[in-house]
Amino acid sequence: MPRESEFFQRDRTIHPPAFTPSYKTSVLRSPRLPLLSLQNSLSEVTGPVFGAQELGPLDNDLILNYAKNGEAIGQRLIVHGRVTDETGAGVANTLLEFWQANAGGRYRHKNDRYLAALDPNFGGCGRTLTDADGAYAFRTIKPGPYPWRNFVNSWRPAHIHFSLFGTGFAQRLITQMYFEGDPLLAHDPMFGMIPDREAASRLVAPLDLNASVPLDTLAHRFDIVLRGRRSTVFENKLQGN
Amino acid sequence: MVQLLSYLKETASQTAGPYVHIGLLPRQAGFEVFANNLGEVMVGPKTKGERVTIEGRLIDGAGVPVKDALIELWQANAAGRYHHAADRQHKPIDDDFRGWGRSGCDFETGRYCFRTVKPGQVVGRSGHRPMAPHVNLWIVARGINIGLSTRMYFADEEAANAADPVLNLIEPASRRNTLMGQRQTRDQDVVYNFDIYLQGERETVFFDI
Repeated sequence: MPRESEFFQRDRTIHPPAFTPSYKTSVLRSPRLPLLSLQNSLSEVTGPVFGAQELGPLDNDLILNYAKNGEAIGQRLIVHGRVTDETGAGVANTLLEFWQANAGGRYRHKNDRYLAALDPNFGGCGRTLTDADGAYAFRTIKPGPYPWRNFVNSWRPAHIHFSLFGTGFAQRLITQMYFEGDPLLAHDPMFGMIPDREAASRLVAPLDLNASVPLDTLAHRFDIVLRGRRSTVFENKLQGN
Repeated sequence: MVQLLSYLKETASQTAGPYVHIGLLPRQAGFEVFANNLGEVMVGPKTKGERVTIEGRLIDGAGVPVKDALIELWQANAAGRYHHAADRQHKPIDDDFRGWGRSGCDFETGRYCFRTVKPGQVVGRSGHRPMAPHVNLWIVARGINIGLSTRMYFADEEAANAADPVLNLIEPASRRNTLMGQRQTRDQDVVYNFDIYLQGERETVFFDI
């Protein structure tokens, strides 16, 4: 059962700021006034809970969950890791959602006009719940890099988008996982605008040969940390009862 | 010398990007993949409370609606209780109301929309007055590097709003109006209209929660 205690203050120095001119779209979409700091109430420490019965058996298998007349094309990939909070405690039974381009760098989205081909057997999204220890895994193909309209010759490194809920709405997070050794990382504004290089490096998932399936599928490991909750007995109580 | 504190650091946020719908609203991206889709309809036939629609637009610094944003809403039920173990108020849980929904802004009009019920008052932090009915919003999009948190209050709850401990933190007081959903009736439906302004004279109050 989640405790009712509030979350640690978010350390904004490890997150990209709202206004980042190197990422041009942020210029008109970034608040200009300071955020109002709010001590947590019940509205922030609670959040939606999802159950295993809401998910389908192939939701965590992107090689098969959109297969029409064959399997998705590309380098077969397992992504696995553990979701913890800042105290290191596993975040159990929380919903992870993920989405990505296909092996050629094309998204299955009505607004994506990139000339690379769609893969008829690849949708590009999945979801899973963490287990009791916070561990998760899913199967997919490695996404390709793709061009985007920022500068004339901007290319995103290969990446997978992740969405996480945690146990309270103040833990809600969207991030991106990158791949060890990708030469495009050094040129990417999204990756580059993270002010703390240590924090940026934690978005790069190492190859994990021990988790790969021999003669079948390579693996990368991506651990994710959500905000921690206070736990001292001297805590301010959130509720009067 | 000193002992080491062994806390981990939160994973850095990255933008949801223009194709957030693929992962979170695949039908809006243009395809079917899941048997069970999450979305904007938060009520079922047995949900208790007054049915309301909450809708509006997300406006950028040029005054133009953002058409590729995704907004999530989290709220208490009609009795004022969150469907979550941390809420120990002595109020009934509504088993037909999770209290959460997700809406993608329309690619043509930019409008988002939630079908829900009006929440009740929720207890404030210990020692503070109750919080006026409100819904919590979380906004992501291409160009938004870290999700934005705000609240919508109900403009017709004037007495409760005047006493709300969060609204009363906002200075100047005129900015409290940026969090007010305006009640309207349309074809016998109750609609709260709530436009969110990312920048400019009417910039919405966003919270660091």
